[in-house]
Amino acid sequence: MPIALWWVGTGSVDEQMLEEVRRQVEREFAQPVDLCRSDQRPTGTLDAGRGQHSSRELLRWLVTARPSQYDRILGVTDVDLFIPVLTFVFGEAQLDGPAAVVSTMRLSQDVSRATAMSRLVKECVHEVGHTFGLVHCGLVACVMTRSASVRAVDAKRARLCPECRARYRMVQDGLHVYREHENPHRR
Amino acid sequence: MSTANTRILIVDDEELVRESLSGWLEKDGYTVGTAPDGAVAITRLEREPWSILLVDMKMPGIDGLQVIDRARALQPATTAVIMTAFATVESAVSAMKLGAYDYLVKPFDPEELSLMIQKIVRQNELIQENETLRRALRRDCRFRDLISKNAGMQSVFDLTQTAARSQSTILIFGESGTGKELLARAIHAESPRHAGPFVAISCAALTETLLESELFGHEKGAFTGASTRRRGAFETAHGGTLFLDEIGDIGPKLQVDLLRVLEARTFCRVGGNDPIAVDVRVIAATNRNLEKAVADGAFRDDLFYRLNVIPITLPPLRERPEDIPLLVEHFVERMSAELGRKVDGVSREAMAMLLDHQFPGNVRELRNIVERAMVCGPGPVLQPADFRLPGAVATPPMLNASLEEVERRHIASILEQTDGNISQAARVLAIDRATLYSKIRKYGLREHADAS
Repeated sequence: MPIALWWVGTGSVDEQMLEEVRRQVEREFAQPVDLCRSDQRPTGTLDAGRGQHSSRELLRWLVTARPSQYDRILGVTDVDLFIPVLTFVFGEAQLDGPAAVVSTMRLSQDVSRATAMSRLVKECVHEVGHTFGLVHCGLVACVMTRSASVRAVDAKRARLCPECRARYRMVQDGLHVYREHENPHRR
Repeated sequence: MSTANTRILIVDDEELVRESLSGWLEKDGYTVGTAPDGAVAITRLEREPWSILLVDMKMPGIDGLQVIDRARALQPATTAVIMTAFATVESAVSAMKLGAYDYLVKPFDPEELSLMIQKIVRQNELIQENETLRRALRRDCRFRDLISKNAGMQSVFDLTQTAARSQSTILIFGESGTGKELLARAIHAESPRHAGPFVAISCAALTETLLESELFGHEKGAFTGASTRRRGAFETAHGGTLFLDEIGDIGPKLQVDLLRVLEARTFCRVGGNDPIAVDVRVIAATNRNLEKAVADGAFRDDLFYRLNVIPITLPPLRERPEDIPLLVEHFVERMSAELGRKVDGVSREAMAMLLDHQFPGNVRELRNIVERAMVCGPGPVLQPADFRLPGAVATPPMLNASLEEVERRHIASILEQTDGNISQAARVLAIDRATLYSKIRKYGLREHADAS
């Protein structure tokens, strides 16, 4: 089943950047990724008090707005995202679920377009990884490592480490049984 | 500890907070539970183990501080972190006083939360690893009641284990207080005879005729006062092990008798003519140089060779100082339970002082001074002054003392250093045991009967 990639930002889309995300996600998960060309935009996600958008609400919206031929959807936006207890998030995904979202806002602040693109690709692969049930990895270079800062994003690669790749393959083959999100890299 | 084994309980009355925080932490692989109020949190604390507790400060009913207070009683190893929307110095102080690990103001910076959780997990891992290693170390360093990580002692343990399985006579060499009887008991416990009796006799504590009667028993009327027939140690130890301590102190007649019983496995009671057959494994021990005694003609060479089938030498404590901290920890732990007094350990200065001490009385001396420090020391951590080591505490001047007073104090001091071992004290004082006994009686010094 293909994955839908949808620009749901408020500003104009950077087509080249989105194409790079599409290409890399497709390569990493060996699943077709289609660009979704709808003008529909999420509503009811803004928290006026914080001036940020709720990633949780955005995920809910993506699940309902998702075209039926896609079993997964990755939304990319330029608004600042948050979850209630945290000051911000770069993105969020439903673990083993259909939707993921990533914001370019903090990833592209005061850096070159190339750096911003590299960061966006990593976070998109990371969040899509969660939708396949992958949890955070203890290897700092693995794309599935937790990145709570842009420094951590810059420190990792856009690729799954061999362990996470093997885990992903097992999920695809229907062999993997998760036990409390056990992760071999975390001691 | 795997992340799945790290169990985090989130206690917050706001569903959005519980949901978003648990979703965030689950992606790290942690096992996450939630509770909407203090009462549910306490129930979950009563039922399941939790490694980390993230508690909202302000909740209706039981508040966050009360939950932490209860958690400390229910699960002291749990690390509690308080969360609040409003930071005040007072609330932070109250939380810390109750033992909270940290204090987070909502909303938190993701990096701050991530680092804090990682730090707690790492700290918990270290605590657990430390505990596992300590347990493994103690297990590896233990042979029955003997504890040592010294290479020489480990070889002793290996040899002992092999020797225990045989029937051969074992001769243990070692200074007073090195644990010769403990080793003999360990050999007995490891041997196929472990279900049989273990009988210990100190050959130095008794006169020759008394010792003869103790070892072989006597018939009724064998000597004045022998009003009934009595079984000796050899008979009592039948099917088991007989431990003969201070074997170097026995007289020439008993040496012959002992050799005979070791050769023939039969003996006669004192005053009796019927030979009695026994199945006894003999373990002998001495703190004397028996080879020298043989060369000097004080000890029979045939008996020496008969006893010295498997010689085992226990090194003195001063030759294995690495064991001092291990033994101190062991004694503190054991005596905390025995004395009903919780002592956390020994201060660094006190340990340095103990490591510097020569321990002429070996492990027994160490055990005694630790016990004394635990009884006399006022605090939870034993300090140098609590140990009152000889030399560490100034002895009162004896400028006006009489010769008798000086002698009394000197004998008392030597007896204390040798832990009441008469033979050893007599050797140090260069007088015979009978003289020492008479001086002990004369000066009214307390007699310690236990020999090594």
